[in-house]
Amino acid sequence: MPLVLIEHSGGQVDELSQQALALARGFATGEPVNALLVGPEAQDAAAALGAQGVATAYVAEHDGLDSYAPLAWARSLAELAERTSASSVIAAGSERGNEVLGHLGAITGLPLAANCIAAEPGEPATVTRVRWGGSLLEEARLHGAVKLLTVQPHAVEATPADQPGAGAVESFAPSLGEADLAIRVLERQATDTGGVSLSDAKVVISGGRGTGSAEGFAPIEELATLLSGAVGCSRAVTIAGWRPHTDQVGQTGTKIAPDIYIACGISGATQHMAGCKGAKRILAINSDPEASIMQNADYAVIGDLHEVVPAIAAEVRKARGA
Amino acid sequence: MNILVCAKRVPMTGGRIVLTADEQAIETRHLGFTISPHEECGVEEAVRLIEQHGGETTVLTLGPPEAEEQLRDAMALGIDRAILLQVDNEWEPQATAAAIIEAIEAERAAGTEYDLIIFGNESADAGNYQVGIRVAHALERPIVTGVKGVTVTDGKLRAEQEVPSGRDVYEVPLPAVVTVKEGLNLPRYPSVPGRLRAKRKPLDTKTPTAGEPGLEKVRLVLPAGDGKQTQVLGEGPSAAPAVLEILKQAGVV
Ligand SMILES: Cc1cc2nc3c(=O)[nH]c(=O)nc-3n(C[C@H](O)[C@H](O)[C@H](O)COP(=O)(O)OP(=O)(O)OC[C@H]3O[C@@H](n4cnc5c(N)ncnc54)[C@H](O)[C@@H]3O)c2cc1C
Ligand SMILES: Nc1ncnc2c1ncn2[C@@H]1O[C@H](COP(=O)(O)O)[C@@H](O)[C@H]1O
Repeated sequence: MPLVLIEHSGGQVDELSQQALALARGFATGEPVNALLVGPEAQDAAAALGAQGVATAYVAEHDGLDSYAPLAWARSLAELAERTSASSVIAAGSERGNEVLGHLGAITGLPLAANCIAAEPGEPATVTRVRWGGSLLEEARLHGAVKLLTVQPHAVEATPADQPGAGAVESFAPSLGEADLAIRVLERQATDTGGVSLSDAKVVISGGRGTGSAEGFAPIEELATLLSGAVGCSRAVTIAGWRPHTDQVGQTGTKIAPDIYIACGISGATQHMAGCKGAKRILAINSDPEASIMQNADYAVIGDLHEVVPAIAAEVRKARGA
Repeated sequence: MNILVCAKRVPMTGGRIVLTADEQAIETRHLGFTISPHEECGVEEAVRLIEQHGGETTVLTLGPPEAEEQLRDAMALGIDRAILLQVDNEWEPQATAAAIIEAIEAERAAGTEYDLIIFGNESADAGNYQVGIRVAHALERPIVTGVKGVTVTDGKLRAEQEVPSGRDVYEVPLPAVVTVKEGLNLPRYPSVPGRLRAKRKPLDTKTPTAGEPGLEKVRLVLPAGDGKQTQVLGEGPSAAPAVLEILKQAGVV
């Protein structure tokens, strides 16, 4: 039966882990699914897993596991997988999920398929996984006595289980040595995030090379403030030093999921589009009607962003009677 | 100190990906090539660390003969020498890791021990999220992944990861392995003298030992749903009222 690594916070199971569970249930074809939870408040999160089809949720208990320690998490998974004769170990394709399963693959020598959107059991298993941050898919055969895979975020729906599981919660004391805990978070430095964060914003307005300069972002910033949105940018902008990398949308930047994404002076390279696949609507403003973003957006305005963006801001003000 | 950076040659795909007829690869006839932005930051960090602490840097790639271009690019930025593990096709992640481990062991036998090995957090194309971790385990070295801050002092490596509410800090003894992300630094541009020097820097070509694939690519597929019906709202500032309607529909005005 599959063993799923569950990430959680504030006593709630993370959405990405629920998606991983949904894929795991399909992969299990009727067999029950077990889960491992690590870290503070794991007990609370574990209690809700029966409804998601989990037979037994194991809660790791160890003094060294209070802060995140990827190798120790992987050792715990390895031990539990052996004890429960797991046929597969599955995690969310989150930063931690991919890191911990990477360690598990290295410890066990088993192959790992990262960021799958579908998986069929078998010898070998068949998986469909993402490449290029989601711009391309790969169908692959996954070998190994135990199948290791992670689940691409937001690709599988986190449906409730047709059949609830037994929902037992058991504590599990992994045998961890000093060396296993050598890689762990020593401290968290809080950064003060003034304003709306890019990944959570309902409105994101980005500028690309078409802005021409750092100063060229002034109308974009103004519109973002008016709409209580966040400012984003393309990589052409960050490598020119016009905006910090924390503003970059894309495969190697931030993935966004706003109600509307307004991309100004951005050509629409696949690596940029990989970051805004979660947007409900995309509006492109570009002076070139042939730019590839003009084929990948829902709406387009052909024109100079330096004229169009201020005109939109004026229209919004007018509508608000200001 | 000695630093090794691993980087993979990938096509610059532009606005649309086209596959070869056998669906095994991206059609690259009209494309340029590069390495992942993560790996570019890895190259830059290696050069900066050596500027600070002294020592030697090596760049390694497993790829086709043409990947010499990416190795020379890295050397133009200040990397001292290069290793090309020459293969015909893309290798799966476990085999790639095994080939890199084999190369590092050969380097050790020849007298070069790396204090720090830098990988990208994930390769640009395959995104397997594992080659660096597998190499670290084989060498029995600590690894910190997804790093956006690196400091080396007194044989220790302090590494910072960006998390939603701030930064998580790790500290591990050297020798160590890190996988890095774009944003770690702002890479420099190559200079003309740098490019000229790069042509003469040493490049070793080797043939790695192949293994059994654990993750076997069957074929590539383009995702459905790309190529939307785009509605053109208008041209220039006169399109603003139509944009307002869309903003209202989206519930943001
Ligand atoms: C592995 C890899 C990862 C990458 N990751 C990312 C990533 O995370 N994010 C990212 O953005 N890119 C990423 N890139 C880079 C990406 O391939 C493109 O190079 C980049 O997105 C281009 O930025 P741009 O659209 O701003 O610039 P360009 O492609 O130069 O486009 C500029 C656009 O502005 C338009 N324009 C010019 N002037 C005006 C004007 N006055 N008004 C309106 N329109 C105007 C032009 O018509 C053009 O379409 C990555 C590349 C690789 C290889
Ligand atoms: N063919 C390759 N040549 C050199 N380095 C590689 C290769 N494949 C992967 N790597 C390194 O391993 C990292 C992670 O790759 P991956 O596990 O495929 O996501 C990359 O960012 C590179 O640093």
